[in-house]
Amino acid sequence: MSTPVSAPLTSTDAAELGRLLAAGEVSSAEVTQAYLDRIQATDGDLGAYLHVDADAALAAAGEIDAARAKGEELGPLAGIPLALKDVVVTEGVPTTSGSKILEGWRPPYDATVAARLKAAGTVLLGKTNMDEFAMGSSTENSAYKVTRNPWDHDRIPGGSSGGSSAAVAGSLAPWAIGTDTGGSIRQPAAVTGLVGHKPTYGSVSRFGLIAFSSSLDQAGPMTRTVLDAALLHEAIGGHDPLDSTSIDAPVGVLAEAARRGAEGDLTGLRVGVVTELGGDGHTDGYEPGVLARFAEAVALLEGMGAEVRQVSCPAFDLALPAYYLIAPSEASSNLARFDGVRYGLRVGDDGSRDLDEVMALTREQGFGPEVKRRIILGTYALSSGYYEAYYGQAQKVRTLITRDFTSAWDDVDVLVSPTSPTVAWPVGARVDDPIAMYAADLCTLPASLAGLPAISVPCGLSDGLPVGFQVMAPALADDRCYTVAAALEAAQDSARGHRFLDGLATPAGGAA
Amino acid sequence: MSTPSPKGQLSRDEVAHLAHLARLAVTDEELDLFAGQLAAVLDAVAQVGKADVADVPPTTHAVPMTNVMRPDVARPSLPREVVLAGAPAAEDDRFRVPRILGEEA
Repeated sequence: MSTPVSAPLTSTDAAELGRLLAAGEVSSAEVTQAYLDRIQATDGDLGAYLHVDADAALAAAGEIDAARAKGEELGPLAGIPLALKDVVVTEGVPTTSGSKILEGWRPPYDATVAARLKAAGTVLLGKTNMDEFAMGSSTENSAYKVTRNPWDHDRIPGGSSGGSSAAVAGSLAPWAIGTDTGGSIRQPAAVTGLVGHKPTYGSVSRFGLIAFSSSLDQAGPMTRTVLDAALLHEAIGGHDPLDSTSIDAPVGVLAEAARRGAEGDLTGLRVGVVTELGGDGHTDGYEPGVLARFAEAVALLEGMGAEVRQVSCPAFDLALPAYYLIAPSEASSNLARFDGVRYGLRVGDDGSRDLDEVMALTREQGFGPEVKRRIILGTYALSSGYYEAYYGQAQKVRTLITRDFTSAWDDVDVLVSPTSPTVAWPVGARVDDPIAMYAADLCTLPASLAGLPAISVPCGLSDGLPVGFQVMAPALADDRCYTVAAALEAAQDSARGHRFLDGLATPAGGAA
Repeated sequence: MSTPSPKGQLSRDEVAHLAHLARLAVTDEELDLFAGQLAAVLDAVAQVGKADVADVPPTTHAVPMTNVMRPDVARPSLPREVVLAGAPAAEDDRFRVPRILGEEA
């Protein structure tokens, strides 16, 4: 379902904005100004952005408009504004990864993702808030501010890409880039009613993403519609010689897959419902409303011709403990680069202290509690005497999880589950309980550990808050995620009579 | 199958030692807080020990790739002044670091 004709620019989806821009019906400057006005009016309450440079955005928009006026050949994304998670390095634009240790740092280069989006002619509105170094599921671990869920300002927007989710759901950006290590695109998308896709590991360049857990990190789209996600993914994906783990394969025809899915015919598609992710005997911690919306969505897929069966993946029960050993271990190593020497904060360098002391004071003051906890845990898991029992064992469990997926692909084309066991929880509810916070990632971790593509698409409301539906696919079969998600989106939109996000009442002060 | 040592326990002293290894000058309050929280986390992650992993190889990476090479061609690096502009302290076109030897200079 496309955008209503009378919709304001700030609730128009990106594909439609691209069409309006190409047809000359609006200018990039007009669209960009509309978003900047709305950011100005509402972001004081929402807290989605860490950095907005209105002048730079309008200058970039003006350049695109001038190029278009001269008749230059422009790509389909040219002139569309965009928000980037603050983990994406941007030349000359402050980049903090949500941490005080990088406060005020202006990177000397662009991440590949940022460079490709710049080359495509998108206009950077700003950098979005996030859990520090992407460690968290609520964005409350940001060293800078709390970000609120546009559906209910007393609730969290998910995390770690919670600034990006709040920006798009709150109409403060038409779309945004997030990053996902254990669910940090999919879970915030789910709890704010967006589409969020984690690409196949290695299919989007990690060059210039501030590293958290290098064997898991992937950047991807967070958008209002499945088609928008596919278009944004196509713009950032593909081989990059600057990332040694980049897969040398084309990104695939994702927008076409989404358009095909929206036609609503899933005849012959084999869908596996993962028992271990909210199925019989595995419902502990899952809200009944989430399970009900999930079951209804599965029935919709069946109604479109999909063959649905239960699939058991026993090793998924150990995804959470394996992830919370592997990710902190890699983080403890990656974050060793923040030593107060080459960039960022330096504390206590008064001439009396030596390098080790300055380093320890800098890291103590620059890192927040969750980052310190994970560095300490990772240091422990990698230390001699414990390595085999913890890190080594977790890597073997990772193999078992991958094998569960591999055997599932013998019988089904995609696997589905709820994206997260619950809807958005109240701000503050889990900050003192790391285990409760980690449980939000229960359903998203298996695909992360196996490096597989997975998308979250809205599947209705529970207690007035969005619920996400996750579709997982084999490596490099991201197109299947888009096809199934688009089919589900189209069926629900047509039953509902409007797009999912149109159900979000515009908060006060945001009439743009 | 290897089993982690007795239920995830981390003493306050162990947390202090690990923090030192990771160059984190943690406070006494943090030690008290982290010791309790990390014991709970360790308890949870120790469940990986339940898996039967006899003959299961470890996965280090989702995409099996080795020795990815780029052409051995020289290319310009970032200009020195651009790199040093982000440094907390620079001197004579170099990063300035705190003293690295124990005794006074």
